[in-house]
Amino acid sequence: MAESRPVFPFSAIVGQEEMKLALICSAVDSTLGGVLVFGDRGTGKSTAIRALAALLPPMQAVVGCRYACDPTDRESWCSECAERAPEAALKSRSIPVPVVDMPLGVTEDRVVGALDLERALSQGIKAFEPGLLARANRGFLYIDEVNLLEDHLVDLLIDVAASGENVVEREGLSVRHPARFVLIGSGNPEEGELRPQLLDRFGLSVEIRTPTDLAERVEVVKRRDEFERGRSAFVDKWKKEDAALRRRIVAGRKRVAAVVMPDPVLESAARLCMQLGTDGLRAELTLMRASRALAAVENAAQVSAAHLRRMAAPALRHRLRRDPLDESGSSARIDRAVLEVFGP
Amino acid sequence: MSAAGDASLAASLVAVDPAGLGGACLRSPVQPARTQWLEMVRELLPHQAPMRRVPFNIDDGRLLGGLDLAATLKANRPVAERGVLAAANGGIVVIAMAERLSPHTAACLNAVLDGGEILMQREGVRIQDTAAVGVIALDEGMSEDERLPASVLDRLAFLIDLEGYDLRTPLGALHDADDILAARRRLPGVSCPEPLVIALCATAIALGAGSARVSLLAIRAAKAAAALEGRDEVTAEDASTAGRLVLAPRASQMPRALAESPQAEGGDSPPAGETNIEPPPAPDSAPAVQADVAPDAPAQISEEDFQDIVLAATQAAIPRGLLATLRGAAAQRAPNAGAGRSGATRTGGVRGRPTGTRGGSLRGQARLNVLETLRAAAPWQRIRGRTTAGDRRIQIETADFRITRHQQRSQTLTIFAVDASGSSALHRLAEAKGAVELLLADCYVRRDQVAVVTFRGRTAELLLPPTRSLVRAKRALAGLPGGGGTPLAAAIDSAMKVGAQSRRRGETPILVLLSDGRANVSRNGAGGREAAHADALRAARLLRHTGIGTLFVDTSPRPNPLAADLAAAMDAHYIPLPYASAETLSRIVTAATRGAPPRSTRA
Repeated sequence: MAESRPVFPFSAIVGQEEMKLALICSAVDSTLGGVLVFGDRGTGKSTAIRALAALLPPMQAVVGCRYACDPTDRESWCSECAERAPEAALKSRSIPVPVVDMPLGVTEDRVVGALDLERALSQGIKAFEPGLLARANRGFLYIDEVNLLEDHLVDLLIDVAASGENVVEREGLSVRHPARFVLIGSGNPEEGELRPQLLDRFGLSVEIRTPTDLAERVEVVKRRDEFERGRSAFVDKWKKEDAALRRRIVAGRKRVAAVVMPDPVLESAARLCMQLGTDGLRAELTLMRASRALAAVENAAQVSAAHLRRMAAPALRHRLRRDPLDESGSSARIDRAVLEVFGP
Repeated sequence: MSAAGDASLAASLVAVDPAGLGGACLRSPVQPARTQWLEMVRELLPHQAPMRRVPFNIDDGRLLGGLDLAATLKANRPVAERGVLAAANGGIVVIAMAERLSPHTAACLNAVLDGGEILMQREGVRIQDTAAVGVIALDEGMSEDERLPASVLDRLAFLIDLEGYDLRTPLGALHDADDILAARRRLPGVSCPEPLVIALCATAIALGAGSARVSLLAIRAAKAAAALEGRDEVTAEDASTAGRLVLAPRASQMPRALAESPQAEGGDSPPAGETNIEPPPAPDSAPAVQADVAPDAPAQISEEDFQDIVLAATQAAIPRGLLATLRGAAAQRAPNAGAGRSGATRTGGVRGRPTGTRGGSLRGQARLNVLETLRAAAPWQRIRGRTTAGDRRIQIETADFRITRHQQRSQTLTIFAVDASGSSALHRLAEAKGAVELLLADCYVRRDQVAVVTFRGRTAELLLPPTRSLVRAKRALAGLPGGGGTPLAAAIDSAMKVGAQSRRRGETPILVLLSDGRANVSRNGAGGREAAHADALRAARLLRHTGIGTLFVDTSPRPNPLAADLAAAMDAHYIPLPYASAETLSRIVTAATRGAPPRSTRA
């Protein structure tokens, strides 16, 4: 989606380091499973996510494919690309990474795709018009106020986010297409909680608070004000830093597969998860992947205990077998477990 | 300045920069002063700027835009319709009865206030439209928990309270339309010196007034105020105005700097005090020092003076009652009361799973099922076609419309009425809390809402309005003190009221009453066991008639005939706690919930 106005640059966001790190890691390794940002009002949740979109380098996509299939990855092709491929080589073009907003008022037909209204009415043809899930394929799907999303849409997302495929059976249509996206959600926990199943679909989760430090607050307000007064000038000012960050992400993507995970580190990850009593293997897998992504971003050849420690909270926070009443919060429990496993 | 003067000034500022300031929340019953205030804004706005009024229950299609069905059918292709927000671009949207705004509509509104544009995907059309609007929310809430959703409040600069406003002195405009026009022209060039930015932020932090977004709104308000005064740079006076109008009504704590003298604080260094003592080492403070020596900066007034001026002005404007309540109430509550209301209020028939279609007209938020509509129209095509021979369009008439029906699960609200009186509390309050926590965990699994009523001393109190946030329920319970009499009748009344309200919202309330049943305070607050018990019995019978499912957990050391009596009178499941295991409690509550079958609503 073409942004109509320049967005606030990612590098200009003051503080909120954990959120920025989690977003960068999810951009490096898209299999991580997205980021959930929960926190106070007015802390720049939406700003950060839109900024990330503007930061990402363009990607290659098959020309004419409605799902922006990757020309080099045969296995992920949609049925249309798979049919066309043997006859003629698929042409590719460079497009920006899609970041699709899922607005709260959205109707189900726009999410999953629906009967093409125009063609149905004027020509009587039964054709499929792809929805938001199709447009988000290989990109990001962003849901602001994810905890207020209507239940039937949540059900839908839970299913698609797990399978990476959107199956449409409605209005006499029967279509399936790839829908692999990084799910990014934000919200304010005081306004409602998230279903545990949807919670589990997010790889990382971060909590952010309103800064109460004066210097930080002043800086936030000043930069925002400067941005509002001259958007383009402000974006230009931060261009260099954004570009540097973009290079780190691109380099991280190339490197991530080669980052070594030494056995002792793997073992301590397992011990940490056991200590916390997380369910299943998803927690360990996510923790491993997140630490690997972090190591890749920081140009390290192998994952160290320090990487693991930093990603422990975002990777595990929302996966603890939840005592819904334990107010001390998951973060404190993770901190304790980390201290026990790694020492001070 | 007087309250009326401030209200008028806020009107002028909104007219100067509606989109930048977000607008205002006007808390007031319907009264002449409110009308006057709105009239004033209307008069001050430039003539071409629209001012649109919308009802709180506006549907998304009208608010944001959507498919124009009549035009679509006529043109045989999807035709988008502009929403009210897009139509009000450059002006103001007035929302009536804003305290009833649904969380969903609030979220849509927030997105537009943040971005200044509409981005929508609905009904087969994509809408992207600029909508730089200000919002005036008319909040007619009568009680504390009837409020504009906090997320919207956070985006509106001004909170004006006209409740109890003296009708004899009419509100008068402080400026005329020409002043506003001049200020609008001047505004883009107005700057705010760094020390004043710091002063406003420090004041916001010291008073616990809102998020960083509110601090930014305060600075914009200061700029608008400067522009109105014909200045190109914000002065301490403008900043004080902004503090008074934007920050003061949101104060959630006593300013520490005023409670103790800033110099005395040294050690624990609150942010406001820190800058007072030594120039902070942070690099971003460097421009502040430069601003001080710059020739056109007010040379004599130092940075901390600015902070004191703004803080003092703001503090003076904090509504008197506000701080009193803050001091009284052990600030247990979450900073944004009212957020608890947002556990989805179901509107009939537009949410939930689609379950087939029915014929009907396209009123309100009904969703057209296109395929079924076409199917319904198909058999008649030949007959209808006779009138317009040669035209191959499909003829659809109103009678063909098919609307998707939805089935939604009725939301359950579990109301806990917890006896915190002396007789109960000493031994069993901890156990009762334990039992409640257990049930809360159960509610979490079922996604129920919970509310907590406690009673002790003379009255019952709604400690936690219905919410889905169990963290808040837990917090509310943890801070619950014990001791005092047992006003059972008041407790039952209060719980019943909450139950009745929730029923009106279409939810299914369940009451869990934890008490030892030894009432000793009657409805009028007087002591005496017998009168109190009789009152409690009366209340119990009333409760039975409402038909709210009730669970009576007897918390006395051994089963108590008084409690059993009461339970019988209210037709409740009676469970003596000593014998009730965790599983028993949970099972019974679950059984009580099952009594509420899924509700099928018609669109």
